[in-house]
Amino acid sequence: MSTTASTPPAGAAAQVIRPRGPGAFRRFSRHRLAALSLVLILSLTLACIIVPPLLPFSDTEIDIMQRFASPFTGPHLLGTDPLGRDTLARLLMAGRISLSVGFSAMAISMVIGIAVGLYAGFYGGRIGAILMRFVDAMLCFPSIFLLLAISAFLQPSVGSIIMLIAATSWMEVARLVEAQIRALRARDFAVAARAIGASDRRVMFRELLPNAVAPIVVAATLNVAHAILAESYISFLGYGIQPPTPSWGNMLENAQSYLTSAPWLAIIPGAAITLAVTGFNFIGDGLRDALDPRQEAR
Amino acid sequence: MSGYVVRRLGQSLVLLLMVSMIGFAILHLAPGGPLSQFAAGGDMTQEDLDRIAVQLGLDRPLPLQYVEWLWRMLQGDWGRSYRDQQPVLHIIGSHIGATLELMLTSTLVAMMIGAWVGILGAIRRYSIFDSLATIGAMVALSIPTFWFGLVVIYVFSVGLEWLPAGNRYTIGDESLLDRLHHLIGPCMVLALVSTAVWSRYMRSSMLDVINQDYIRTARSKGLPERRILLNHAVRNALLPMITITGLHLPALLSGALVTETVFTWPGMGRLFLDSISYRDYPVVMGILVFTSVMVLAGSLIADLLYSIADPRMGAPG
Repeated sequence: MSTTASTPPAGAAAQVIRPRGPGAFRRFSRHRLAALSLVLILSLTLACIIVPPLLPFSDTEIDIMQRFASPFTGPHLLGTDPLGRDTLARLLMAGRISLSVGFSAMAISMVIGIAVGLYAGFYGGRIGAILMRFVDAMLCFPSIFLLLAISAFLQPSVGSIIMLIAATSWMEVARLVEAQIRALRARDFAVAARAIGASDRRVMFRELLPNAVAPIVVAATLNVAHAILAESYISFLGYGIQPPTPSWGNMLENAQSYLTSAPWLAIIPGAAITLAVTGFNFIGDGLRDALDPRQEAR
Repeated sequence: MSGYVVRRLGQSLVLLLMVSMIGFAILHLAPGGPLSQFAAGGDMTQEDLDRIAVQLGLDRPLPLQYVEWLWRMLQGDWGRSYRDQQPVLHIIGSHIGATLELMLTSTLVAMMIGAWVGILGAIRRYSIFDSLATIGAMVALSIPTFWFGLVVIYVFSVGLEWLPAGNRYTIGDESLLDRLHHLIGPCMVLALVSTAVWSRYMRSSMLDVINQDYIRTARSKGLPERRILLNHAVRNALLPMITITGLHLPALLSGALVTETVFTWPGMGRLFLDSISYRDYPVVMGILVFTSVMVLAGSLIADLLYSIADPRMGAPG
């Protein structure tokens, strides 16, 4: 496969020629966006943790008299759903689930991806080649098809959904780490470390991995965004987090039937997903610029 | 060149083999494996199940079962649907048209809009337009496709009543115009992500080309800027997009599944989802393998086309 991900090093020259002017505005705005996103994600996370107990309504409290209350009109700030449950309370409780699924799935997929990439990049050989072909083969399956096919066999729970998303999203990380390690391994410092008799494990974890940390951190951030999206997709389609446990995806599950009468049921959770995913993507992009200045983000 | 083609074909065959193994593994991962459909009925005793297992050859060693399964797949026998006993390939064949129609049109839309956004962004690098396009692409990549679909339906079907809220055509009226009318909404939704992808890669590819020697040569010859950009730069910058189109295929298929669900579009994605809810494993597995083969073929074709379009690519592989 030809390398399409490589970015033009030529861009750096053009950047130096125009240190001020519109370019500065753009870079500034980029990092401003990343910083803004960080604030957004932190406040969103904090709100999901702190606010629900403070609300006058719980996310499970059914109030038939208050069905389909519109947002910003009554005691329910963001309105209510077909069972009269408070949308804001549900949104925040769903945020707890969706964000923890995002972070946990990311953590597990990073562990798998780094382990596979590290092994294949360091030892190479037949097993390394087989591992990387396996990565290629896994990437041939469109992710939603794979997620849904496996989820059909699972007893859906928060834990199994996390494992499922992690199991289908480690491949890009493995590819990235493998390429990094393979390149770093030939560098002088790694050769020197081996020459003074450092063990394989020491070279891998103390010498090579720390030098590949920048792209890994970027990939991890983008991976959270990916995991939140994946959860929302399969929950929306009915095979993810099961009600009554709310998640941003399953709050939208029945929203389509009420699109005419209660559009906020569809708008609000979707906006939350978009906000969170955009946030993580911008942070990842900002990190890429900050951690690796040579690589101008596309 | 021919060495590259042979090598690339060999790689694809190896991948195809591994893809089939993963598909087979998932099939047997199901609790109860392929037998679960019978066990789900509840009125079967263990003896009955054992007898069926022997009849279907499920008591034999897994590698043997795999080889037999693969052999049947290669001969076009992909099993029969539990729902209506139709051959799986036949069912996929009757749904693939709608999906391809959606994927092709939205790719065309994405190419036209995305390429221009990317080209303009590269030419006026760091302009306000470029910044907005970059931010816009990032947001577009973050919007869940199904939610964008709901928003489109809410705005254009419920609110403005310009577009139908779903289906491929009005029953009784299957004219081209009616079909196009139904296509606009889903096409717009599916094209969103592709447009973002196209604009970003096109921008980066264009920047790559603009800094090449032959562009400087063209400039120093005194050619008009417009001609340099259109004739020299864009044509070369478009080449890598062949590969991008191939690489984007898995995401496009995933997007199609979601779009089809929201717009009740009778394609392969909705068939897949329906089959899952009916536990119709042969169809589920058939589509899973089918889509991965599509992706494999897509990237192979893209790479071969690229090596034809850009002979420099052949040698290193």
